[in-house]
Amino acid sequence: MSLVYAGILSHAPGITGRANLATNTLVRDAFYNCLEDQRNEIEASGAEVLVVVAAEHFANFFMDNMPAYCIGIGEKHYGPVEDAEWLKIPKTSIPGAPDLALRLAKKVMERVDIAYSEEWKCDHGIMVPLNFLTPNFDMPVVPCNINCQGPPLTPLTRVWRFGEALRQACDEQAEKIAIVGTGGISHWPATPDSGKINEAWDREFLEQLMNQDKQKLLSYSDEDVYDQAGQGGFEIRTLVAAAAAAGGKGDLQFYSAELPIFAVGCTVARFEISS
Amino acid sequence: MSLYQAQKFLYHLNRDEEMQQTFLTNKAAVLSRYDLSTEEYEALHSGDIGLLYVLGVNGQILMHYAAFLNVEWFDYLQLMRDGVDNHGPVRAGIYAMTAGGEQFAETPVTSRDPN
Repeated sequence: MSLVYAGILSHAPGITGRANLATNTLVRDAFYNCLEDQRNEIEASGAEVLVVVAAEHFANFFMDNMPAYCIGIGEKHYGPVEDAEWLKIPKTSIPGAPDLALRLAKKVMERVDIAYSEEWKCDHGIMVPLNFLTPNFDMPVVPCNINCQGPPLTPLTRVWRFGEALRQACDEQAEKIAIVGTGGISHWPATPDSGKINEAWDREFLEQLMNQDKQKLLSYSDEDVYDQAGQGGFEIRTLVAAAAAAGGKGDLQFYSAELPIFAVGCTVARFEISS
Repeated sequence: MSLYQAQKFLYHLNRDEEMQQTFLTNKAAVLSRYDLSTEEYEALHSGDIGLLYVLGVNGQILMHYAAFLNVEWFDYLQLMRDGVDNHGPVRAGIYAMTAGGEQFAETPVTSRDPN
């Protein structure tokens, strides 16, 4: 078994970029501490490579050619694509894991049609997690993207299969691999409603996610998600994929809707790795 | 189709630092490469965040354009609200305003207008 860690975390740009505007500093710092704990857990797992299942925001892909899934197989990745001062993360390069990434991509392709890319620009969707999980940006990273921005979007049933395929691919590798899924739950980012959070919806979804309640997780329709959780809620795909990859129950380590300046319910969780 | 072109321009601009420098010095030359309506052209040329939001530009693309224009966060949110006030509801896309212009994040004292 080469998957040694699986978890989820939030990635909203305000988490780094608007840290100074948070008025609830106690909750903010508790969130940051939990992210540090997550970094320590990944390090303690012995993971050599970090697979990040993310929901990018037009850093690499546009509606002229939008893949439902893509895996980054390049030697290096670059980010953030956004203004560094805006995100409060300096522009840097991140080591890839091209040989492993290619093996993962080939294996995943046996079950799910994916695209691959040797050029990957990371936006906040990956840079914010890396800022906390590998703050020196020196851990090899395999980025994976699920289109959560430009409808039509891949159905959740396919997302689950993608997560399972990723897990199967990891299990056949010699390297110790950590997977994190990073996306928002309910949120209305980049709209005047930024900061709006449907906490009840979030908590119900997270309970299902932690319980590996596949039937309920796959029953969400995009229409219901848009109505109850906003367009940002489409990013639950990344979290569902991580749960499918892990296969085991989750442990919700942090959730708070009390940081609206971050424009998302801030979340950290880990999963047991099923045998 | 035209909204697609406006968004494609912003997608290119957001990820291409050379294009950003060119745009700062010669906006017309860069915008002429895209098949834009007059309304879109003028909104992009003048940096009219509110109108671009109402036209239906994806918020993730627009957010980074606003950052490129050095628009502060709470000003950016207000510009979108002003856009809806001035031009009506968002006309396309999935980034509509759903809460009647309500502000959800408290403006910290340090970023409030001292007056």
